[in-house]
Formats: sequence, structure tokens, C-alpha cells
Amino acid sequence: MRKAISQSVLYQALVVPLIQLFVFVAISLLVIGSVILILAALFNRPVTGGMTLLQFVIRTLPQVAIDGLVIGFLYAMIALGYTMVYGVLQFINFAHSEIFMVGAFIGVELMLALAIPSTAPLMLIMAGILLAVAAGMVGSGLLAVVIERVAYRPLRGAPRLVPLISAIGVSFFLQDAVRAIEGLLNNAFYRNYPSFPILNQQIQLATFTLAGQPIQMQIQAKVIFIIIASLVMLTGLNFVVNATRLGRAIRAVAQDRPTAALMGVDVDRIIMLTFLIGGALGGATGVLFGIRVGRIDPYVGFIPGIKAFTAAVLGGIGNITGAMLGGIVLGVLEGFAGAYLSQFTGGAFGTEYKDIFAFLILILILMFRPTGLLGEQVGQKA
Amino acid sequence: MAVLELIDVHAYYGHIHALKGISFKVEPGEIVTLIGANGAGKSTTLRTISGLVRARHGRVLLNGEDITHLPPHEIVARGVGHVPEGRRVFPQLTVWENLEMGAYTVKDRREVARRMEFVFTIFPRLKERLHQKGGTLSGGEQQMLAIARALMMQPRILLMDEPSMGLAPILVESIFEVIRQLNQHGTTILLVEQNAHMALQVAHRGYVLETGRIVLEGTARELANNPQVQAAYLGMH
Ligand SMILES: Nc1ncnc2c1ncn2[C@@H]1O[C@H](COP(=O)(O)OP(=O)(O)OP(=O)(O)O)[C@@H](O)[C@H]1O
Ligand SMILES: [Mg+2]
Repeated sequence: MRKAISQSVLYQALVVPLIQLFVFVAISLLVIGSVILILAALFNRPVTGGMTLLQFVIRTLPQVAIDGLVIGFLYAMIALGYTMVYGVLQFINFAHSEIFMVGAFIGVELMLALAIPSTAPLMLIMAGILLAVAAGMVGSGLLAVVIERVAYRPLRGAPRLVPLISAIGVSFFLQDAVRAIEGLLNNAFYRNYPSFPILNQQIQLATFTLAGQPIQMQIQAKVIFIIIASLVMLTGLNFVVNATRLGRAIRAVAQDRPTAALMGVDVDRIIMLTFLIGGALGGATGVLFGIRVGRIDPYVGFIPGIKAFTAAVLGGIGNITGAMLGGIVLGVLEGFAGAYLSQFTGGAFGTEYKDIFAFLILILILMFRPTGLLGEQVGQKA
Repeated sequence: MAVLELIDVHAYYGHIHALKGISFKVEPGEIVTLIGANGAGKSTTLRTISGLVRARHGRVLLNGEDITHLPPHEIVARGVGHVPEGRRVFPQLTVWENLEMGAYTVKDRREVARRMEFVFTIFPRLKERLHQKGGTLSGGEQQMLAIARALMMQPRILLMDEPSMGLAPILVESIFEVIRQLNQHGTTILLVEQNAHMALQVAHRGYVLETGRIVLEGTARELANNPQVQAAYLGMH
């Protein structure tokens, strides 16, 4: 009987989360994509290039969906850091965006130090990136642990607002510290990830004709890498939270801290490990983000951080599954808003308004469902 | 040597002086009960023993070792099981996961499986509910789970905080039967109960708490025959 249980736990922990992610992706794309198509059909009119709005949307939709998903995966990984910490402490770690930023810097410094030639073989480049991701995970994970120990743990009994202010203080401190260090060492406070032509090339996924429109789906090589890395980490996190003794302890602490202590759980250690895991995910995401955008500065964490926090709230803060769903939904929303806002509004609102649009939808969703899409459920299975 | 000994223990919640110098002993193999009105400090006494509440003054000894300043997880590791007031099963964990949490300190998987089979012999109902979430169990089932979870750690001393609370009379009977059985298997038990009648039937000795102080002590029989106890806790006149 025990064997059957452990087998089913393994199945639950590895297969189910992948299916779940796939379902989230499919549902987000289907729902948001259909809304866009319906809107395009309703307000159909000629736009640029001799196409109608509907034709334009059909032609570009698959590509926009892929781009949105990639952003969504990145948001989901950052959102997990917010939501796990909220789960165990009911506290928003606003310094998480800077933990992410520091990860991006650790990654870029390592890549620059490795100095892999831009024409190096793919395997070597991959190894370098993997090393950078690993370094970002270790560095940011440890940083998160130190922040918890120094800035949050002494305030554990204090009113809720106090650690929040401490977190904001830590954010500013980290921004300025990175700025100062980079300024001293490199005379500039931004850094560029090395660019590799082999990773920047577009790979054709498919070309086909739909409703008379030629459709091309292509993807940048490095984006494939980002997607695979995200899937591995999201599944890995699921495994840890759902199928290991540590994960069970994390969920127990989130649900009932004193009772978890009565089970022999060292609560402080579990909180520390939660910060370690959340920080490591944030650091890895920082490196992936840096590779995607190229140039990073000490303030690069702010916007993705706010968006990931939003994604966590959208999915239901404290809810690990919710963070993944929220990230994907927000990424896709933003991707679609960025691509179509200008065409739909006849140029009145350009891509730069995509955030307002995404947040408007967020506010609407939360007005009707204040606990987020999947509900605030602290310590549930992912 | 006493399994558990409290010496002049004081505990506070902020400025509330909840325990005002508690001293008592539990000898190996005993069932000792703490009785007292609401707010007397019974739960606080148990929480102070397991380290959830810090004693500001006095000492708690476990088999002669001073555990007053140890954190809860280290006290648990030394063999103190605590069934908290109000059950406190993990609502989002399954029955199986709740039981696993009870054996959190046990590394040997075979041993965990063996203990789980043992608790199923006491609470067969739990085996049928293995994959149900703790929060969806009935009140009585949750109480069984809370006790079973504490048994998973095979404690040397089991602290039980109102195990009969909110249960139907028939279930109360069977919970007390379980307490008697466990004790016969060698578990020392410190039992807090509102149901003083039942508690004094099953216990060997007892202490009466009033606003943070022990005001009476004696064998269960002495307490049951004490007119003050009869009037205040047994509903007799
Ligand atoms: N978390 C807390 N914060 C402040 N005061 C508390 C807290 N817990 C208990 N108290 C106070 O400490 C005193 C003792 O409470 P305790 O819970 O130990 O009583 P009890 O004997 O277990 O009562 P009951 O039979 O109602 O469970 C009470 O006056 C109570 O109000
Ligand atoms: Mg009580």
C-alpha cells in the first residue's frame, strides 16, 4: 500500500503539474485569444498594409501568444517568491523585486567574466548560461535568506506594517548598493548581457494558412531556452512542495505555525528555506530576464516585480498554483494588449499603454473576485 | 524520577499574568488530569510545557532535564506529544499527510509505516479517509486524527487538551477508552478536560487550577469526593 501511495505521489508531483501548466496555458490563450478575435470581428475595419483588423489579428495572433507566454512564465516564477513567503508569513516581501535584480547582475557579471566568444559552439554557450542561472539562484537564494534573518525575523512579532516598511528599505538599499558597486567597478551602473547570434536567430515553428491568412510562427532560440528552463523550475517547485518532507513542512507551517512546531518542525528553518527557494527562483528568473532583454540596471526589478506581485494577487496570494496561473494570464494579457492596443484604438493608445490596460483588467477581475482567480489558500498543494 | 516536573512556573501573555507559579509532577505510567474553569490557565500550562509559550520564571523538567528554554521542536524531539486545544489538524493536508507530519522527526520510512498501521488499529476510520483533506473531516474524525497524529511520534508523555470537546457522548466514551488503552501500553498522559467527571474516572491523580494557580491536588478519587470539586466542576450540590 505504501508503494502505491509513493508512486501516486510521484505521479502527482511530476505529471499533474505539467498537465496543469498546459491546461493553464491553453485556457488563458483560448479565453483571451477568443475575446480578441471577437472584438476584432466586431470592430472590423481596414488597418495598415491593406488588411482588415480581423485579418491582422489572425495573422499575428499565434506569434503574439508565444511572446506573451514567455513573459507569463517569467512573471509566474517571480510571483512564486511572493506567494510562498506570503504563505508562510502572511507578509509581502517587497524586496523580492530587488532579489530578482541582484540575480540578473550576478548572472551578467558571471557571463562577462566567462567571456565566451560570441561565435562559440552552442554547447559552450548553453553551459555558460546554465552556470549563470545557477549562480543567480545561489546568490539570490542566499541574499533572500540573509534579508529574512537581518530585516524580517527581528520584526516577526511587530505589527504587520513594520516588516513591510523594512522590506521597502531593503529594496532601496539593494538598488543603491548595486548601483554603487557597479559604479565603482565599471564606471556605469548598467550592464549588457553578451549577445550570441546563434541564440538570437529566429526558428520557424510553423507556416500555414488560416482563414486565407498566411501565418508564420517563429521563436527566438533563446526564448526556447527560457521556456524550457521555466518549465523545469515550475515543475521542480511543484515536486518539492507536493512530494517531499520539506514541502509538507512548508505547507504545514503556512497552515498553522504553532501546530507545525508541535510536530517537531523547526519553524524558523522552514521559513528560511522558503526564502531560499523563493529567492533562488527569483534569481534564476533575473538571469533569464537579463538574457531576454540584454541590458539591465539596478532598477530593472521594479516593473517585473510589481507585475509578478500583481500576478500573485490575481491568482490568489499564498496560493502556489494561483501564482503560476496568474503569471501566465497576466503575461498573455500584456502581450495581447501590447500587440493590438494601437490597432484597436486607431493609434490613440500605443503599446506604451499596455500596462494600464493589463492592470485595468486586473482591477476588474479583483472587483468581482477579490481573493483572486483560485482564491487565497495558504499552504495548499501546488 | 518524574517524567515531567514543573517548578514554580510563571507565564504571561503581554501583561496578562496567566500562570502564577505552577508546580506539579507527572510520574511514569500515570494519567494526571488538570481541571479548572474557563481561563484558569490549563491550555497555557500545556503550551508552556511544549515551549509554545515561554515561561518567564520557573523551570520545566523532562526526565530531569531542564527544557524550559528549548524551542518547541526540540522539546517534541525529546518525546513530548501535544494534542492541542481545538484539534488543529492541518486543514489542507490529507489525513495521510497529517499523520506523516506527526512522524516528522522520524527518518526511518519503515518505522513510519509501522506506526501508521498501529494508529489504524486504534482509529480504523482514518484508514478509510486516507486521501481526504483534514479540513473536510467531521469534528469527531478530526479529533481522532489529532490524537493519531500525536501518537505517530510515540511520545513518552502525551499532553491532551480537551480531547472530548464538542464530541457526541458515544465518541467521548471511545476517546476515553483510547486514553485508557494508550496508558496501559505505557504512555504517560497529562490530560486537560472540561469534562471533569470523565477525566477523574480515567486519571490516577489530578490538580485543580484557578486563575493561574493550583488550588487543590490529590488522587482522582480524593478529588472526586471533594465537596468543593463536586460543587464547582462535577455539577453536584
Ligand atoms: N493568546 C493569548 N493572548 C492573551 N491572553 C491569552 C491568550 N491565550 C490565553 N490567554 C489568557 O490566559 C488565561 C488562561 O488561558 P487558557 O487558554 O490557558 O485557559 P484554559 O484554562 O485553557 O481555558 P479553557 O477551558 O477555556 O480552554 C485566560 O485569561 C486567557 O484569556
Ligand atoms: Mg484551554
